[in-house]
Amino acid sequence: MFLKELSELPGVSGDEGRVREFIREKLSAWGIEHDCDTLGNLYAFKNGSKGAEGGLMLAAHMDEVGLMVSAIEKSGHLRFYKVGGIDEQILVSRPVRIGSNAIPGVIGAKAIHLQKKAEREKPLEVDKLYIDIGARDKDDAAKAVKIGDYVSFAAEAAALGGSFKGKALDNRAGCAALLEILQRDFPGSFVAVFTVQEEIGCRGAKVAAYRLNPRTALVVETTIAADLPEVREKDQVTVLGKGPAFTLQDDSVITHPRVLERLVTVAQERGIPYQFRGYTGNFTDGGAVSRARDGVPTGVISTPCRYLHGPASLICLEDWRNLMEVVDGFIRSVLAKGL
Amino acid sequence: MKELLTRLTAAFGPAGREEGIRALLQRELENLGESGAVVDDLGNLIVSRGEPADRRILVAAHMDGIGFMITCIEENGFLRFTPIGGIQVHSLPGTRLRFRGGITGVIGQEKIKEQKDLEFSRLYIDIGAASGKEAEQQVQIGDTAVFNAPLAAEGDRFIAGALDDRAGCALLLETLKRLPSTLPQAVSFVFTVQEEVGLRGAQAVSYRINPQFGLAVDVTRTGDTPEPQFKTPVSLGKGPAIKIKDNSVICHPRVTALMRRVAEEKNIPYQIEVLEQGGTDAGAIHLSRTGVPTGALSIPCRYIHTPGEMVDRTDMENGVSLLLALLQTEWNGSWGRSW
Repeated sequence: MFLKELSELPGVSGDEGRVREFIREKLSAWGIEHDCDTLGNLYAFKNGSKGAEGGLMLAAHMDEVGLMVSAIEKSGHLRFYKVGGIDEQILVSRPVRIGSNAIPGVIGAKAIHLQKKAEREKPLEVDKLYIDIGARDKDDAAKAVKIGDYVSFAAEAAALGGSFKGKALDNRAGCAALLEILQRDFPGSFVAVFTVQEEIGCRGAKVAAYRLNPRTALVVETTIAADLPEVREKDQVTVLGKGPAFTLQDDSVITHPRVLERLVTVAQERGIPYQFRGYTGNFTDGGAVSRARDGVPTGVISTPCRYLHGPASLICLEDWRNLMEVVDGFIRSVLAKGL
Repeated sequence: MKELLTRLTAAFGPAGREEGIRALLQRELENLGESGAVVDDLGNLIVSRGEPADRRILVAAHMDGIGFMITCIEENGFLRFTPIGGIQVHSLPGTRLRFRGGITGVIGQEKIKEQKDLEFSRLYIDIGAASGKEAEQQVQIGDTAVFNAPLAAEGDRFIAGALDDRAGCALLLETLKRLPSTLPQAVSFVFTVQEEVGLRGAQAVSYRINPQFGLAVDVTRTGDTPEPQFKTPVSLGKGPAIKIKDNSVICHPRVTALMRRVAEEKNIPYQIEVLEQGGTDAGAIHLSRTGVPTGALSIPCRYIHTPGEMVDRTDMENGVSLLLALLQTEWNGSWGRSW
């Protein structure tokens, strides 16, 4: 089901090549026509590219949040920038992989014994952290890595009870869902786009939607589940196990009423549980797609995910499968009768 | 004007849920003998007049207003919500809302230590339901509400919720009513959607219409109240304002010069507006495609985004006169493409 492979591949925003190659190989093997644009978006034309413009567009972003090497210290330690929204609190002691050769490293900080009281009371900021690749000094480090190299978490993906954990499930879960769906038979054509650079501002989706000029779009995403013991129900956003989440509105888009209505109808007809994303902050590719050219009726459907943007994010496999069934139904419904 | 504004401000239409106000605008247009209005995919309502298509002014007023969306229905029957558009949290406790179906709610607040720490998450809507089950029979997650604030007239002043930007819609309708059949260039009047959440409707419709000039008609803040919250030279009752800049646009100098010239020639009182915050549809229009020289005609308005927005009848009437005169002036005459 590709979740494990896709989760473990590094693909920080702007460095999606390995994820793209993985998906491209599958598309080639299945005989699905595909194409790549200047920014690196990968377009899969289900049932051919003829008439792809002005039709139905699905989108899932390939990129994940991560880090980038910003400097190599004399000691051989690497300084870094954040790429996308990463919580500094989760960085210390994480094993990472750096650059195209996946050089292993670990994120270090001053030992707790040496930290002053005030330092221990708040999370360490990025400028107090460094990556250690075991180099003796700057020259030694420079043999293995260079400034500008991307850094991603090294984390094994695995089933965890009925759930699945791994890094980058936002949004490899969406990519994996689209790959599953692309293998099925459909009575018409649509385009599934694997987009780049969502985490740093939905840049890939913007040009992809311009190119395809779709009449309807559905963004397949992964979203926050804060269903934790100390969080009140109203603040949980989504809950694992209650089905895929439909976005009502976020900072970037108000879901088009006809798309929302169709998602609800499809889920109800198929008897699939669903929930509404109970938080209206953040942005997704939905914002960029909905505003392409003269506007695109757009919806966003997400797999709820705990510990998003961390090395061990966690989804419920049943939610993920249910998401695929709603997306499948949505495609068939739009192909049959438009929006 | 009073009757028209009463109808327009009573219509339901928070950003993204403009069906109610759009239907009313369509009826108003039909009553004016306008049968050719078009609705685009995002819900913008377009009325075009005159020829040729390649010399066209886009005049936009947004039909949407700020509002509220239910994000959670709690077991005790209280509703949690998110604001739609920019709303000051401190103005809300005790405010009456109405939902699309006509249900009335009131905003309440939890106990907090310091009133200055008030956040949306500490507020709720009470619709009088004794339990979550009872509430669910009346409303659902995703339902929207607006201020329950019907129009009142005091002398020359109109007070109502949603005058931002139903006052602009009224100005467009009055102008259309009096517009002669032959014009020096074509004009498209657009009642846009989703202005309050980021000028989204205007962005899409500008791409579609591809105009040579743009003009947004919207309300602007005034600085004529005791210790005003915002620093602006605009007063109520001293005429429509010609916008020089706000946070979304620096109006094209040729367009503002044209507006001033026409106002002076026709002896229409006007004010100059320089706003340090806020944006209008002009922000989206002027960045469409390869750029559109755009200005904005503003209606002075106190207490924007509260249930007590206030505009002046003479400002509205002078605004109609100025827009009418502008549309009967040749825009392209004095200057071409070059600087």
